[in-house]
Amino acid sequence: MMMETAGSGALIVVVVMAVVTLVTRWGGVFVMSFVPINARTENFISAMSGSVLVALLAPLALEGDTGTRLALLATAIIMLLVRKPLAAIAAGILVAALVRHLA
Amino acid sequence: MPAHDEKQLHALTAALTWNGFRQFLPISAFVVLFGLAFGLAATQTELGADTSLLMSALVFAGASQFAALDLWGTQIPLVPLALTVFAINARHLLMGATLYPWLSTLPPAKRYGVMLVASDANWAMSMQAFGAGKPGLGLLLGGGLALWLAWLLGTWLGIYFGSAIDDPVSFGLDMVMGCFLLAMVVGGQKNLRILIIWAVAALASLLAYWYLPSNSHVVVGAVAGGLLGALWMEKKA
Repeated sequence: MMMETAGSGALIVVVVMAVVTLVTRWGGVFVMSFVPINARTENFISAMSGSVLVALLAPLALEGDTGTRLALLATAIIMLLVRKPLAAIAAGILVAALVRHLA
Repeated sequence: MPAHDEKQLHALTAALTWNGFRQFLPISAFVVLFGLAFGLAATQTELGADTSLLMSALVFAGASQFAALDLWGTQIPLVPLALTVFAINARHLLMGATLYPWLSTLPPAKRYGVMLVASDANWAMSMQAFGAGKPGLGLLLGGGLALWLAWLLGTWLGIYFGSAIDDPVSFGLDMVMGCFLLAMVVGGQKNLRILIIWAVAALASLLAYWYLPSNSHVVVGAVAGGLLGALWMEKKA
């Protein structure tokens, strides 16, 4: 179904996006209210929580441009060395900017 | 007293929310820049200012908003767009599930209200707080509000002043979230079991990234890691 983006069409598109996103924000909590919490589900949940981030970052680290990869590397190193998230993030962004400007 | 501690972890007070808001102000400064990149890109894609701002306010999920711009034209395919947005944002389902043990004590209105502003950064930080035995829901709500305001402010700045920065990617602004989330991963608890679970999650994510439909990799990798965690349970001390 094609939607015209002129006039109120754009509004409908935004509302559809908002509703779909809201379903994702609420759906996990809603479904879990029917799942019994025991040691196994707790282990599933805690293993999954770190895995979400790792799964998000893995393709970025492997398939990203040089700036992206070196930015992630810089963030990891600074984080391991000084354990300050903001310093690590700033270093990552700085490295990305430098690499992309020099490349 | 364990019962007392449990109650502390679930706590969601105005003071904790304000504290979470303040803790997220520095990262919110970066998010303003990321929002600026979105506002600029939206303007270049010829979305009206109202549409862009409304999208940032109601959707509040950067990656899916950028994806929508890719599909945007004088006409837009609604079903593929909805599927793309769902696939990119499906990780929220997992975030909600991981937060459930702490959210379950809240009355439903609060429980779902807090989830309105759940996003990668504040979720990651609240999970880290829970992992360290600290209350995390204030970080989730307060941090979420800070991020939402920053995202909206950034979008607005991008629409009206974005042309001052002609190429946000060349300034590394696309790396804000990636670097933040990596910092959370690296700063979290680590042991051999967790590292092996993460390796499996990364491998599953990459396989999905290469061989499965686009945007499925986060969910595939996360569920693979979660399943391994359920099979190979942590030994309680």
